[in-house]
Amino acid sequence: MTMFSSRSWREYPQRYRLEASKFKKSGKTYFPPRSIDPETGDTEQEMVVLPDTGKIVTYTIIRVAPGMWGDQSPYAIAIAELTDGTKLMAQMTDVDVETVKIGMEVRVEFRRIQTEGDAGVISYGYKFVPKWY
Amino acid sequence: MRDVCVVGVGMSKWGEVWRKSLRQLFVDAAADAVKNSGVDHLDSLYVGCMSGGMFVGQEHLGALMADYLGMRGLPAMRVESACASGGMSMRAAYMEVASGVSDIVLAGGVEKMTDCAGDDATYALAAAADQEYEVFHGATFPGLYAMMAHAHMAKYGTTRDMLSAVSVKNHKNGSMNPVAQYPFEITMEGVANSVMVADPLHILDCSPITDGAAAVIVTTEEVAKKLGKPYIKVTGTGCGTDTIALAQRDDLTVIKASQIAAGNALKMAGKTIKDIQFAEMHDCFTIAELIISESIGVFEPGKAGAAVLAGETALDGKFPINSSGGLKSKGHPVGATGIAQIVEVYKQLTGQAEGGRQIAGSPKIGMAQNMGGSGASSVVHILEVA
Repeated sequence: MTMFSSRSWREYPQRYRLEASKFKKSGKTYFPPRSIDPETGDTEQEMVVLPDTGKIVTYTIIRVAPGMWGDQSPYAIAIAELTDGTKLMAQMTDVDVETVKIGMEVRVEFRRIQTEGDAGVISYGYKFVPKWY
Repeated sequence: MRDVCVVGVGMSKWGEVWRKSLRQLFVDAAADAVKNSGVDHLDSLYVGCMSGGMFVGQEHLGALMADYLGMRGLPAMRVESACASGGMSMRAAYMEVASGVSDIVLAGGVEKMTDCAGDDATYALAAAADQEYEVFHGATFPGLYAMMAHAHMAKYGTTRDMLSAVSVKNHKNGSMNPVAQYPFEITMEGVANSVMVADPLHILDCSPITDGAAAVIVTTEEVAKKLGKPYIKVTGTGCGTDTIALAQRDDLTVIKASQIAAGNALKMAGKTIKDIQFAEMHDCFTIAELIISESIGVFEPGKAGAAVLAGETALDGKFPINSSGGLKSKGHPVGATGIAQIVEVYKQLTGQAEGGRQIAGSPKIGMAQNMGGSGASSVVHILEVA
């Protein structure tokens, strides 16, 4: 499906800079940002930037990939818990996929993710790489 | 609220049904349900469908189906909750009858998934996940459930054999279901040696792409009695939700939406899970059946795998799960699945399950658990003999 540029543009603060919302009352951080804290109903928040290291809590290796992802398979996707306790999902890159495992320490890096639409507009965002890399 | 019953069901052969369009699939099932129930009219109609728009470019299904069912003018609307659309259609019909707004309502579900390329179907299904924070990164549905499977394996030591056993059991049940898409048995080795889709899930851990529809007639006990056809009571309906994105859940080895839905349905029926004798569960992937049966309390957390291996959920086990063949063998036309589960429970409770898959001992109370996406929504019904 063709994605309009405004749709990508809206996501830049998260995709490029890992901006999250931290609520005053609960002190909890949410990524992506929310306008209401699901735990307290609080709406008072400040923008915080997520830490860039954490470890894998679960993962998979996509071996049968749809369409535009086909040329990248097999690729690993993981959920990592960052050092502040927030979790996010991203591809794991610069790694032999067979070595990815739960507990592996990762760093979040700015990378090319995919191309969108007929014009092939490149979308950038975050991926995980091994922390020691 | 009034007591609510299911009095007639309709479902034709599922599979790659090239000869039938989206509307024809629905109309055939709905007309069967009307005929089998003996009702002379409907007061309204619900169509559960996940994505007529993305699979075949057709939305606005309430009006379309009412017209082609020969009931132009009938109040009708579509209900959507991803793969739980069918179950939600049942819930909507239940509420309309229970509230007294209508006496006779058709709850149906349909999905036409093979009119588009495999990639397009995958894309349409992925819309049930978080588009910006999962799909954008290349996550697929098998991939999301695979991540739950790895978490479950790490926490409880769940094995490949436990996952395979779910698939083997459901195919055995499905081999006796004449409307199943894949009515044949498979082996443990067959599952383990099938193509790896997303580690640790193989293709035979995954439910297929299917064309199909199903319909049931939901009405009051007064009307059901007059019709003189076999009917069952709907004694509980429950619904629950959770985060749409997996990463935001505290525990990936539980599906909270199913826990909430089952809890609500059981409470409404005045029952506990121990009172339930069998269930249809949303086995879109083998790991899903294990996690759901633990989440809703059939088994302790981490114990479902061993129970399946021991045959406890087989047709002759102490808690049969997916006597129909489940999504795995019967097929998974996403919007129709929740209604097909009601169809199976109806057949089991009225002693009409064909092909040798009737559960022994005339069960009196069953459950249908339907689920959307990676478990962000779930709907559960408790059904009992009248």
